[in-house]
Amino acid sequence: MARPLRSAGWVRPVPALTVLLLAGPVAAGLAGALLPAFGWMPALGGNALSLDPWRRLAEWPGLVAAVRLSVVTGLGATAISLAITLLIVAALQGTRAFALVTRALAPLLSLPHAAAAFGLAFLIAPSGWVARAVSPWATGWERPPDLLILGDPAGLSLIAGLVVKEVPFLLLMTLAALGQVSAAQRMTVARSLGYGRVTGWVKTVLPAVYAQIRLPVYAVLAYSMSVVDVALILGPTRPPTLAVQIVDWMGQRDLSLRLVAAAGAVLQLALVLGTLALWHGAERGLARLGQGWAAGGGRGRGVDKVARPLALGVAGLAGAAVLLGLAGLALWSVAGLWRFPDLWPASFSARHWQGQSRGVLDAVRTTALVGVLATALALALVIGALEAEFRARARPSRRFTALVYLPLLVPQVAFLPGLTTLALIVGLDGQVVAVTVAHLVFVLPYVYLALADPWRAWDTRCATIAHSLGAGPGRVLWAVRLPMLTRALAIAAAIGFATSVAQYLPTLLLGAGRVETLTTEAVALAAGGNRRLIGVWAVMQMLLPLVVFVGALALPALLFPRLKGMRA
Amino acid sequence: MTRPLLTLALAAVLGAAPALADPDPRNWDAVLDDARGQTVFWNAWAGDPRINAFIDAVGDELEARHGVRLNHVRLADTADAVTRVVAERSAGRDQGGAVDVIWINGDNFVSMKDGGLLFGAFAEDLPNWRFVDTEANPAVLSDFTVPVEGFGAPWAMFRMVFEYDSAAVAAPPRTLDALRDWIAANPGRFTYPQPPDFLGTSFLKQVLHMTVDDPAVLMAPAEDADYEAITAPLWEFLDEITPNLWRQGRAFPANEPALGQLLADGEIDIGFAFNPGRASAAIADGELPDTIRTFVFDAGTLGNSSFLSIPYNAANKAGALVLANLILDPEIQAMAQDPQVLGFNTVLGLDLLEPEDRARFEALELGIATLGPDELGAALDEPHPSWDTRLAEDWVARFGVAD
Repeated sequence: MARPLRSAGWVRPVPALTVLLLAGPVAAGLAGALLPAFGWMPALGGNALSLDPWRRLAEWPGLVAAVRLSVVTGLGATAISLAITLLIVAALQGTRAFALVTRALAPLLSLPHAAAAFGLAFLIAPSGWVARAVSPWATGWERPPDLLILGDPAGLSLIAGLVVKEVPFLLLMTLAALGQVSAAQRMTVARSLGYGRVTGWVKTVLPAVYAQIRLPVYAVLAYSMSVVDVALILGPTRPPTLAVQIVDWMGQRDLSLRLVAAAGAVLQLALVLGTLALWHGAERGLARLGQGWAAGGGRGRGVDKVARPLALGVAGLAGAAVLLGLAGLALWSVAGLWRFPDLWPASFSARHWQGQSRGVLDAVRTTALVGVLATALALALVIGALEAEFRARARPSRRFTALVYLPLLVPQVAFLPGLTTLALIVGLDGQVVAVTVAHLVFVLPYVYLALADPWRAWDTRCATIAHSLGAGPGRVLWAVRLPMLTRALAIAAAIGFATSVAQYLPTLLLGAGRVETLTTEAVALAAGGNRRLIGVWAVMQMLLPLVVFVGALALPALLFPRLKGMRA
Repeated sequence: MTRPLLTLALAAVLGAAPALADPDPRNWDAVLDDARGQTVFWNAWAGDPRINAFIDAVGDELEARHGVRLNHVRLADTADAVTRVVAERSAGRDQGGAVDVIWINGDNFVSMKDGGLLFGAFAEDLPNWRFVDTEANPAVLSDFTVPVEGFGAPWAMFRMVFEYDSAAVAAPPRTLDALRDWIAANPGRFTYPQPPDFLGTSFLKQVLHMTVDDPAVLMAPAEDADYEAITAPLWEFLDEITPNLWRQGRAFPANEPALGQLLADGEIDIGFAFNPGRASAAIADGELPDTIRTFVFDAGTLGNSSFLSIPYNAANKAGALVLANLILDPEIQAMAQDPQVLGFNTVLGLDLLEPEDRARFEALELGIATLGPDELGAALDEPHPSWDTRLAEDWVARFGVAD
């Protein structure tokens, strides 16, 4: 046994290194926001602590509205996404529709937020497909109605755009959790006691599942409150959300506004923390109320009759919105003249694809380079960390999991501006290296979330057999465990790659405009509203991760054509 | 891990090229020699696919003629490039900067020139400067009242023109009062981009030009003028039209392409742009219906010039000079003026050209929606850049937050 123990050495520092790579940039970035927020930024001549940035922030006329918008869209998007997710799982679990929903998850997850938001915008705008479909025969609209739908001051479009992307994420997390809380047995008992499907699920499975998905829900809340790209596409402009305004200040010629941006970033962090605390309090309140309700023993069989069609309707609506939106993007990218209220373009043209081909190909190359680098690094670190946990025979550490979630819980806009300033000072801004490291901070958590469960579920008796045949731990890892986990590794890599492709803010800020990916280019076009151009870029933004996903699903069968278990 | 990190840090420190003597455009052959093999990073607003295609075509020509490669850094806002140079200077990167050329004018140009952030003076020493018509186009010498002094090479003349759908608007409003009445009679069919966007701020300046007693006050810094009194009629005008704007003035398009899209979608009937040839080019591309036409105010509209400037710390100054000269080449200027390509007005004087180059311009058709030189009316001078800043800030305070 002495040999295997000695060779366990190389993976031992990996968990610490992983934590350093995740928490390091977040901590450095937060420090880089906190100091300038109080006027300390020697590069700009700020050497004394002062409250001046805060005074200027307070003087911004849009502050109150922007803060309200951040809180309302965050809470709204999270509550609605969570409700839809739970409704779908509670009402549809075990049905054919549910299998369909599960299968649609992977491509939906690989879809960048911005592409989904563009698609939705094309659909619901007053000149969009929905209005065209009912005009003029039903509405009498010969011209697009003068309705404020996109960028409405209440942020409703923004909430809708977030919900269609957050439901798939929460669904995936819930599905993973179901296996860990023996949901099937709980349901069998509840059903045998005469509970309705939905009521039984909510009373017996939900409390256990919610404990498992709490961190993902918090991540959704933090993300929804501080998202920039979706808010640029669907959010209001008078004023914009706080996060959008912070990015705007970061890009202003007057560099002293970066101090105001830093104060805004600290405020955004405080807002997210405060809202998370509020949500946590609401959880406890609901739990207390729920205990009484569960103990009351109502079987709630009637609920199913309403809940099932409702769940089907909501899932169908969300799916259709995304699909039609994407179809609309693709159609606009090849449309010639397409006037309202025509449902279909009057002419088609490949001109925009031809005109953009050079820029698109450059962006695809950069996007793929950063995505592959970040994903490869993330995979290596996650495998190392999981293997270290396995060799130390440790149980999954809660603290490690919480640290992995850190970059998803701290708003990007709170720590990336500070990180950008640091990169500028050491001269790394605008380099692919800086962008890759920033992407890694967000890619790693998703790769970890995707890989940890299959890794731990692997039958360790395979290792015992390999050991008994004389293989050391290294050989077991390379020759047995990794090949057996090909499918999980491929999917984790695809999710990591999709995460990288979707990153807007890290690319924009650390790339200093010189590292141009599909997402930064597409979002830069958003303000212009040129649908044909946006169509070209958004279609590419959607295709690249999708191709990788399809490849990942096909990979196991390609590598091991003779193994039945590797076939998709 | 240490060695790669160290190498990385070293590379970052040494990434800045060693100090070379700046190229001198008076010794043009040496400039061409230095430039060969360089890649020039041209930072240019990228909101219009036609402009992007033109820049690509210029890049092909630059490589074919001079062996210089062109990289178009696509900007959503020109201020982004200025910010980058400012940030580089504050971080001490005085050489090897990332921005080689900026398409620039107005307050961006003035702030860079005043801040000592520009390389120059170079423009008047370029070989092709001899073709530039400085008499017919005084804006190439004085940008927003500030003397250019060779710190920017002009490359296109711009005029604000209104674009309208002749199928919906019988008689376009050619005065500010007529526009006010038209908006009142056609609620929801007019809007302007949200300041501080440059086109939106330009609309404010156009209105200010029409409401001020003596436009001469606009040529001096806003701080020196009786700002409140001078701008009061402007805000009065905006207060009056706002309830009848598109979306009742509760939302505004982001910029020029967004405004053009509203016109294309039939959401508004009158828009405006700074490129008199935009409408014709967009019609040719099937993006606007062929009923769109353009008009100007009887009293004139704002006119200005666009420049190429080179930051003081640009890494590839010789290549940047070659680009600035190439874009003044009669062949490239004629391509830019072609309504099928861009429809930009040239800065060159036709009488200064060789006969075969003059023929290139004379062969161009105007385009279905473009006004002829005699129909464009008077070009109004751009106010001092301080008015841009002040008007935009004031607009945000008055209209930037929904009540």
